[in-house]
Amino acid sequence: MSLETVATTSAAPVTAPRNAPPKMQGEKVCVFYGAKQALFDVDLKIEQFSVTSLIGPSGCGKSTFLRSLNRMNDTIDGCRVSGKITLDKDDIYDPSIDVVELRARVGMVFQKPNPFPKSIYENVAYGPRIHGIARNKTDMDEIVHSSLRRAGLWNEVKDRLNEPGTGLSGGQQQRLCIARAIATRPEVLLMDEPCSALDPIATAVIEELIDELRENFTIVIVTHSMQQAARVSQKTAFFHLGKLIEEGKTEDIFTNPRNKQTQDYITGRIG
Amino acid sequence: MATTLNEHIVTSYEDELTNLNKAISEMGGMVEQAITESAVALLRLDHQQAQNVRAFDKRIDEMQQRINDAAVSIIARRQPMAADLRMVVTAIQVANDLERTGDMAKQLAKRALQIETLGLAPKFYNGIKHLKELVAQQLKSALDAYLGRDSKAAVEVCGRDDQVDALYTSLFRELLTYMMEDPRNITQCTHLLFCAKSLERVGDHATNIAEAAYYLETGRHLGAEEQQRQPR
Repeated sequence: MSLETVATTSAAPVTAPRNAPPKMQGEKVCVFYGAKQALFDVDLKIEQFSVTSLIGPSGCGKSTFLRSLNRMNDTIDGCRVSGKITLDKDDIYDPSIDVVELRARVGMVFQKPNPFPKSIYENVAYGPRIHGIARNKTDMDEIVHSSLRRAGLWNEVKDRLNEPGTGLSGGQQQRLCIARAIATRPEVLLMDEPCSALDPIATAVIEELIDELRENFTIVIVTHSMQQAARVSQKTAFFHLGKLIEEGKTEDIFTNPRNKQTQDYITGRIG
Repeated sequence: MATTLNEHIVTSYEDELTNLNKAISEMGGMVEQAITESAVALLRLDHQQAQNVRAFDKRIDEMQQRINDAAVSIIARRQPMAADLRMVVTAIQVANDLERTGDMAKQLAKRALQIETLGLAPKFYNGIKHLKELVAQQLKSALDAYLGRDSKAAVEVCGRDDQVDALYTSLFRELLTYMMEDPRNITQCTHLLFCAKSLERVGDHATNIAEAAYYLETGRHLGAEEQQRQPR
């Protein structure tokens, strides 16, 4: 029996139908930083409308893999990606792909909240504006409001939309960054340790938010907290020394991993 | 997971898990002793021995409390995962089965106090003695499988529970026959029938412990299908 069927409180809708094609898929993905290879032949499917967590010790390649999903690695000198990564079957490293448009479809939230030094409103409006999503002021207002509402921040900021985003608390800033990321209506949301700079309450708010967001978005999260991976994700992938060691249903990974390295890592043993 | 695990980075966590395992081992030994002594008390109608077993049961109960407290503390403070999680969860289960087994020993001791004749005829107690030996062996094998992380031995224990059941059924018929032969046997034989039932229950708890041992090592539950898949 799966945990979902036992817990009556988590009335989360069923994720993508079984056998649905993956939203994103990596095939034999290798990433090199100059001469150093950081990822080795990673094959991983990201399922639609579910949360996939990437775990592993520092330097294992999980963030590298995450960043290769929206070509953030392009910004690093000497970085080279081989293999194939698809978004809805389209190769995202195809020369014909518009990287700016790709990043609008595959949004990202970073470890440290990094709001722009602008008003709360402008932080959220920036993406839709440069991508030309809003036709007029009314449209833009609606996008800003709904994004803030979805990010669970609306009630806290509705009376001070013109105050600087940097004046919010850490947890609020991170939710502002999530609102900013979802304002461009991405299909996939990448999160690189989104709670590592937050206190437990702010973390719980973000985790609750992740659970709500997966109804409409496909989420990939990198986290150092295994408890967090266990709490928020449906699928977990364990990386070690640049290789994907094991992936599977989250409850299987944390109760009965098949691989000894996974077991050693998640139980806190020396590998 | 069949492989032996490395040590934890946090040694105090490693110590806590080791101590939990030791406590199960110790409690298992106490319960085995209780079963053996209660059987002796019953077969010899040794009332002093029976009183000792009843007093000893309190210590077994305390041991279960200790194990539960330690397990809850580990869950709360360490958030165990994978094999560690299974170890902690099965420790609670096994301690519960051992405590129930201890209660069965207490039941035997109580019966020993209730049988008022001077001695039992050997023909009455031979079957009980045999059943006691069989379930004591099952309990020992189950505990060995649990502490030795031996899923194959655990499957064997589960497979042998049929023997316990068969012996109990034949003992039931035998005692019934004695009662029909001579109504004066009825009191003694009824007491012995309850004792046989208690011993049969010990066999069931041994099976539970073996199932926990299987889950601990493999992460899978030992259902009927799984038992068939395993080579005997």
